[in-house]
Amino acid sequence: MTIYLDNAATTKMRKTAIAAMLPYLDTIYGNPSSLHSAGQDAAEALLQARQRIAGRIGASPEEIIFTSGGSEADNQALISAARIGHKQGKRHIISTAFEHHAVLHTLEKLAKEGFEITLLDVHENGIVLPQQAADAIREDTCLVSVMYANNEIGTIQPIEEIGAICRERKVLFHTDAVQAAGHLPIDVKEQNIDMLSLSAHKFHGPKGIGVLYVKKGIPITAVIEGGAQERGRRAGTENISAIMGMAAALDEACTHMDDCAGRVRILRDKLIAGLTQIPHAILNGDAGRRLPGNVNFCFEGIEGESLLLLLDDRGICASSGSACTSGSLEPSHVLLAIGRAHDIAHGSLRLTLSEENTEEEIGYTIQAVKEVVAYLRSISPIWRDLVDGKKDFMIK
Amino acid sequence: MALYSEKVMDHFRNPRNTGVIENADGVGEVGNAKCGDIMKIYLKVEEDIIVDAKFETFGCGSAIASSSMATELIKGKPVSEALALTNQAVVEALDGLPPHKVHCSVLAEEAIRKALQDYYGKRDAKDICE
Ligand SMILES: Cc1ncc(COP(=O)(O)O)c(C=O)c1O
Ligand SMILES: [Zn+2]
Repeated sequence: MTIYLDNAATTKMRKTAIAAMLPYLDTIYGNPSSLHSAGQDAAEALLQARQRIAGRIGASPEEIIFTSGGSEADNQALISAARIGHKQGKRHIISTAFEHHAVLHTLEKLAKEGFEITLLDVHENGIVLPQQAADAIREDTCLVSVMYANNEIGTIQPIEEIGAICRERKVLFHTDAVQAAGHLPIDVKEQNIDMLSLSAHKFHGPKGIGVLYVKKGIPITAVIEGGAQERGRRAGTENISAIMGMAAALDEACTHMDDCAGRVRILRDKLIAGLTQIPHAILNGDAGRRLPGNVNFCFEGIEGESLLLLLDDRGICASSGSACTSGSLEPSHVLLAIGRAHDIAHGSLRLTLSEENTEEEIGYTIQAVKEVVAYLRSISPIWRDLVDGKKDFMIK
Repeated sequence: MALYSEKVMDHFRNPRNTGVIENADGVGEVGNAKCGDIMKIYLKVEEDIIVDAKFETFGCGSAIASSSMATELIKGKPVSEALALTNQAVVEALDGLPPHKVHCSVLAEEAIRKALQDYYGKRDAKDICE
């Protein structure tokens, strides 16, 4: 038995997405750049996929650049905005403290090149206020990049309002919508978005494929140089089967969005209610303004990795911080950004649901987490000190 | 591929010697905020032999397994042998640890040493009183 509760890391592919890919791995294998009919069949499919994906986010087909995923799209968005800014003598970038590393590490690189970076505070509820962006914008600001929804704590940012402020102040606005796409509505025009990143494997599409949306007229820097694919903005023979899978997955996600989100939200709230019963546990991120499938808790007195391993023994796939964070074992920068102390940040658990999860699974998971947390506390010296009153509880 | 060896998982899932020794002869607590591991070791010593060892650990799989293995390795041993226990010995007994997890086993070595220091301190104090 496996209960998969790590949908923010990646999702299981939809059957329709797999079916959409197969012909392009099998019979329609031409290179879309070739003039012959085999190539042109692929080119035709590519064109249609581009139109469908553009339509799902309120963009035009020529505003869609296919990339190798969310990370590449984030890199390219930031590097392009920095190049544009550099030409105009604007070398200040605004973002938030809890962006994905694809954004934060690119910003670090740009800082080394002389850009000044302002990272906005995200508060204890994990939500940045539009006014903070307004206050931080300067004469020399070339870009504001704020994620649509956070990958660890799921909080949804007021991107439409921030986009409006950027429009008014004539500053480019990028949003990393990797966790939002397919789960929350996107309309790049209504939401005042200049650049947007998305990644197919977060909405039941294939891995290694994503999109950078770039509003018409914004000059984009190619990060991958080579052929003239993607109008010279991203070289490399298109991953056509993955693109077809992404288009199918996005179509399906958008068609059933309200229905799915409604059902998942009920499971989420049930899970949150169940875990809240654990003493000295706290929900990370705003309870209401969060992704339909995101649950993230800190449990005082225990460490996250041992919690994950014991849950895995019981068939539950969970996460403690993002996958890349767990490799380094530094406590999650997201949890630190919302003000959690180190000890508590180490004891975090992220459970991210999909519409395939069931009520039974949620009930089982609540029970399992309760038992595992209680067990780990029983062998924890920190917990003993807390219970003996030698230390004060941080989570009341 | 699993992160940990079978041996590590066995000691992690079924840790030996968890708990507290009331009126222990030596107690050592060490912590490493970086990886978020804190280990506390309790020793009962009779005639320079470690007759019992218990631990409490807040930490990752590697930290819990290392505590379990380290206490197993010193139980019934003379204090001098326990003092000489290295983290390499713990890692070997566990059939290895991933490179970025080796530092958790260092904690076990340090906790034992600290508990033994505590033991010597208490013993010397007792000697003076008597
Ligand atoms: C918010 C966010 N941005 C970017 C990425 C990177 O996407 P990809 O895995 O497609 O490179 C992820 C995935 O972990 C993410 O959650
Ligand atoms: Zn550790």
